Amino acid sequence: MSGSRRSADVIVIGGGIHGCSTALHCALRGLSVILIEKDHAGRHASGVNAGGVRQLARHVAEIPLSNASMAIWHRIAELVDDDCGFTCDGQVLVAENEDDLANCRARVDDLNLRGFHHEEMIDAKELREIVPAVSENCPGGVISRRDGAAIPLRATQAFKRKAASLGADIREGVRVTKVERDGSNWRVVTDAGEFLSPRIVNAAGAWADRLAADLDEPVPLEVIAPMLMITAPLPAFIKPVVILRGRKLSFKQFGNGTVLIGGGHLGTPLRDENVTLLDWKKLAISAGTVWDLFPIMRGAPVVRAWAGIEARMPDDLPVFGKSARHEGVYHQFGFSAHGFQLGPGAGAVMAEIIATGRSNVPIDGLDIARFTTTH
Amino acid sequence: MTPVAGIEQLAESYDLVVVGAGPAGLSAAARAAGLGLTVLLADENPAPGGQIYRAITTTPVKDRAILGEDYWRGAEIVARFERSQASYAARCTVWSLGPDEASPGSFELGLSVDGKARMIGARQVILATGAQERPFPIPGWTLPGVMTAGAAQIALKGAGIVPAGRTVIAGCGPLLYLLASQLAAARCEIVAVLDTTPRANWPKALAALPDFLRSPYLAKGLKLMAATRRKLRFVSNVTSLSAKGEGTLRQVGFEQGERQGAIACDTLLLHQGVIPSVNFSNAAGCAHAFDEEQHAWVPRVDAWLASSVPGIAIAGDGAGIGGAESAALRGEIAAFGAASRLGKLSEAERDRQAAPIRAALMRLLHGRRFLDLLYRPAPQFLAPPQDETIICRCEEVTAGQVRDAAARLGVTGPNQMKAFLRCGMGPCQGRLCGPTVVELIAQTRGTTPAEVGYYRLRPPVKPVTLAELAALPQTEAAVKAVVR
Repeated sequence: MSGSRRSADVIVIGGGIHGCSTALHCALRGLSVILIEKDHAGRHASGVNAGGVRQLARHVAEIPLSNASMAIWHRIAELVDDDCGFTCDGQVLVAENEDDLANCRARVDDLNLRGFHHEEMIDAKELREIVPAVSENCPGGVISRRDGAAIPLRATQAFKRKAASLGADIREGVRVTKVERDGSNWRVVTDAGEFLSPRIVNAAGAWADRLAADLDEPVPLEVIAPMLMITAPLPAFIKPVVILRGRKLSFKQFGNGTVLIGGGHLGTPLRDENVTLLDWKKLAISAGTVWDLFPIMRGAPVVRAWAGIEARMPDDLPVFGKSARHEGVYHQFGFSAHGFQLGPGAGAVMAEIIATGRSNVPIDGLDIARFTTTH
Repeated sequence: MTPVAGIEQLAESYDLVVVGAGPAGLSAAARAAGLGLTVLLADENPAPGGQIYRAITTTPVKDRAILGEDYWRGAEIVARFERSQASYAARCTVWSLGPDEASPGSFELGLSVDGKARMIGARQVILATGAQERPFPIPGWTLPGVMTAGAAQIALKGAGIVPAGRTVIAGCGPLLYLLASQLAAARCEIVAVLDTTPRANWPKALAALPDFLRSPYLAKGLKLMAATRRKLRFVSNVTSLSAKGEGTLRQVGFEQGERQGAIACDTLLLHQGVIPSVNFSNAAGCAHAFDEEQHAWVPRVDAWLASSVPGIAIAGDGAGIGGAESAALRGEIAAFGAASRLGKLSEAERDRQAAPIRAALMRLLHGRRFLDLLYRPAPQFLAPPQDETIICRCEEVTAGQVRDAAARLGVTGPNQMKAFLRCGMGPCQGRLCGPTVVELIAQTRGTTPAEVGYYRLRPPVKPVTLAELAALPQTEAAVKAVVR
């Protein structure tokens, strides 16, 4: 890290897993990079999410990115010199009744027709074999066997460290106040001076709409605070990550016995203060869902609850790709509470687009133009 | 005082909720009730008193000389509270505190009694959660037979029990001498007191001596110390400690400069002073600063003990260590502040009534600085030099691991350290390891604890079971809000 660079081939704004991954992949392609982060890498959504590494139940528009990412996750240590705590015990979507199960079947049939085969139906018997603790009323579900989980902040920081080791200039604790055109360059104004680059990547997460608005590409971004809670260690009883078809729940036991309970109930984000407020009445609904599904969990002590600050788009899909208005501007934000798994692959694809102008990984449907073009 | 026997007996909301029934909380609740506020005092112990006056109404220790006259002063504080109109929930864990979004300017608190949880409202909150012992990790401190001096004092006050067999007390601070004398009076077999007070502290402390000479603690302290030194085997200037034994404690090893020693014992009591217990105020979002003289994180409070979060005040040792008597006075001052903010008392009247209490507080805190400077722990006890020493007991993280992560992985703060080592993520949420982790990071990176910062702590401040949460009463609005 030079620590003094004022211009580079690429400036990445935002040090989440997406920003850090894009910085790393740009550096791998020989581009000089400055990454600017207002707090520290992984401080928000990327560092405090549930850590799910999940292809299961994704919208078809982001499956190609998800596939590209999963290939990287399975050799993550080769890329960033750290295994990021990645474990691969699969993810299971549990159907709680026959209606849920019929929905699952329709979904898997549709994916198969499109040529995606990572999701497989399982019946009640196999569900019970894989998740013995699940309530006996559940008739089956869907499994994605190559899925798993990782440790979010550790993974994000591993991408940052590796990018830095390849020469990327990582500026933490620096806040971007303005972005403007300067001849063939973009001028990024910060509280630590100005930076110049012909290309900028907006990976600013829950703050990305402000940058987009500066660039005359306003987006309807909603700032959200998905809540999570974790228990004291329990005896090992479940390997895969479990999600539900009908109710909000994401459920995982770590190797040390602690159980993470998430699923998207929202607290209140105060993004200008870097703070989130929890809503215990909604966390109580998560607790009630776990009570129903996993009787073994009823006496478990909840030792910690928290929420990150994330960005959500109205269609729950990210904004990913070139700007619709400006040469040299790229967007990579709005991952709507499911962007952690996408980080490694999205960074690779973004770097490819920056370096070559195109990528063979389809990203149709994620373009910012879906919000900004007027007809 | 109105006892609250079950969670369903709590009101929907109170003018003031006070957390903690030590001298600060008891005094705050009694005073606030006297000023016409509806008050709930919630405390997780079965009886009032906090740590210092623990079990004052129930202790089996009837010989007043054992615990000393200072202890029995707690009875007056409890009696005054009992005469007040405040409600009192014993065995009640307060596990969360946040703004009530439905009612701006008010708070929502999560409480549990007998395995049942509930959310209630409060217009003002006083945290009187007190102090905790400073963590004191030495090699072998996780062996059975090693415990904190505070734990021994709880057993003595609560159940009249003293450690069995040969007992060594080690560390520094005024409480060390007090406990040694209490245990000796209760016929505990104390074979040695190993005093780790660094000799190098004396020159700095002497500068603050003139104030201390006028402090009411001076005579008491000298008497106590002289008695302890006279009656017990006393080893000064101890620079290193280790607990040794296979499966259980057999002996304590120590160094006194160049000299090495070992004492066979069955119990080792460790104590290195007390620091504010900041988990609650931290999780509630109150700003904290590192107090160099007390060498601890202390919430920022104003003259009325109001924190940076409007409506939350912090009274007693939780707002900076001052001792039991000062805690009671600070409880009063916090109550005046809360009553005035609620419009029950004009500012002029508040100032007038609080003036004599403030003056008494000034007298009491006179000389505190001398104690802080004299009993500031030595660096090797704040950040254990031996790599194998466990510093996070919940997750069994060692000092060496923290140093390695700080040096090799470039981990700059305790919150990032959590992701790598899980220290501070166990059920105690960093109560036992937080100060040590900060110290180790500061030392490794050549900076100060103030620069390193502290854990961002998360609710629940105390664990609450999934069953308790699942059974939280749901309002119709809350159910509608999530079905979308």
